[in-house]
Amino acid sequence: MTIQKLLIANRGEIAVRIIRAARELGIATVQVYSKADKDSLAVRLADESIEIGPPQASKSYLNQATILAAAQATGADAIHPGYGFLAENAEFAAAVEAAGLIFVGPTAQSIRLMGDKVAAREAAAAAGVPTVPGSAGRLESAAAAFALVETTGFPVMIKAAAGGGGRGIRIARSAEEFHHLMPQAQAEALAAFGDGGLYVEKLIEGARHIEVQILGDGRDVIHCFERECSLQRRRQKVWEEAPSPSLTPAVRDRLCSSAVALAKAVDYRGAGTLEYLYDDRSHEFYFLEMNTRIQVEHPVTEMVTGIDLVGEMIRIAGGEPLRISQDQVRVRGHSIEVRINAEDPAKGFLPCPGTISGLSVPEGDGVRFDSMLYQGYTVPPFYDSMLGKLIVHDKDRASAIRRLDRALAELRVEGLATTKPLHQALARDPDVQAARFHTAWLEPWLETHAASLTTAAPSSTTRVAQ
Amino acid sequence: MATQQIFSPLPGIFYRKPAPDKPDYKSDGDTIAENDTIGLIEVMKSFNEVKAGAAGKILRFLAENEEAVMAGQPIAEIDV
Repeated sequence: MTIQKLLIANRGEIAVRIIRAARELGIATVQVYSKADKDSLAVRLADESIEIGPPQASKSYLNQATILAAAQATGADAIHPGYGFLAENAEFAAAVEAAGLIFVGPTAQSIRLMGDKVAAREAAAAAGVPTVPGSAGRLESAAAAFALVETTGFPVMIKAAAGGGGRGIRIARSAEEFHHLMPQAQAEALAAFGDGGLYVEKLIEGARHIEVQILGDGRDVIHCFERECSLQRRRQKVWEEAPSPSLTPAVRDRLCSSAVALAKAVDYRGAGTLEYLYDDRSHEFYFLEMNTRIQVEHPVTEMVTGIDLVGEMIRIAGGEPLRISQDQVRVRGHSIEVRINAEDPAKGFLPCPGTISGLSVPEGDGVRFDSMLYQGYTVPPFYDSMLGKLIVHDKDRASAIRRLDRALAELRVEGLATTKPLHQALARDPDVQAARFHTAWLEPWLETHAASLTTAAPSSTTRVAQ
Repeated sequence: MATQQIFSPLPGIFYRKPAPDKPDYKSDGDTIAENDTIGLIEVMKSFNEVKAGAAGKILRFLAENEEAVMAGQPIAEIDV
């Protein structure tokens, strides 16, 4: 069962991350690439590489048949899907196994179950995990929906059962708005997803986003504590940290135990993340969804626990049982990750593909840079704008923020604009330093702090409150 | 009458229609105004409209729907 050769069905920084983990396990790597990614860092680092089509993701990284053919042509015995693209595609996971290969992730059945929001919510409720007050299942009629919101009260969110990534969500603050938006939402869900199923839930305003990392081997499940990712723009996380600065030990205990209970109930295999909303006034948490893959922000958990999550998921896929028991998982210090995107925060986060004419990567104790960059690399316009992630670790949160500010000052990416100035401004913001934020905090902050996002402040004037 | 080209202002994926299930913005032979949208360029998952830039008539499109284009690449030929 042991994996000998792993094909990476992804690109960018996560492909590089997977190649590194595989190499440390003595596993050979095959990197697939579109025509636009011929010169990528992942292609340069992998033992072998194979072209899978034109730049468009729909014709390359999302083309299941071509990826399977590439695995067969190169003699790979396993496929790692990374995140995005085919990572949460149950049909692909099943096709990989049907082809006699190992899918580095959960079973197709787990992906399907957790990918359906209503089914996931039902599974959570069955495992005793709190969910946001709302419909217990799909609502097919507006009358049933209205009867429900009379019990939850307003504001409520109307979501497409088959939606994702914030798409197809509407907020109603009154009965009138609800009657107006419900038919719209139904028609749009049917048009966009071919499924008019909706569900309705109470909107928890001012909530934080907290998620629990779990690892399972199909029999046993452990948690690797939580991350807080409340700083978001357009529902995309921009800054993530571990541990959460807002949980009490008792709440942390209940939260992490609930994640293990749900993952155990579905015999989960691999790395997964259970996302929750957390209301720090009532200390209540509510399960949102489970991501059945490795996540962008996994390094902060690796930094505080010392566990190589990508390595562990590959070992589990190769048939090994969990090597770590729950009482061996300890949190040491504090870690923060910021996403370095090719976007100009001074120009409304305009995407900036281009050539990296100069690059200096921060170094020193407790600093990690996971990226797809090298000097002279041309960032293609066809994919996500994320170039990499700057991750820091230190003994506590205040020290980690100072270390982040220091590392950002050392980071120099020339040739295109990046989100570095945003992170510098955030690291120096008193509310961020005091962890006074929630998921709707960043967007208004961006409006009022636009002036501070034009250029990075010179490092000689760096002052972070002690 | 003179023939001019409309160039892609950005690198990315060129789309001739606003959504997969919608008709093309413009077809060969259509009359266009300066401010008409003739397509979209997707750059890093954000969508940007391409304007005609001049009034006239579209002779033909040079880039196909969902084609990868470079900044400055001609995407249509127009008669002004």
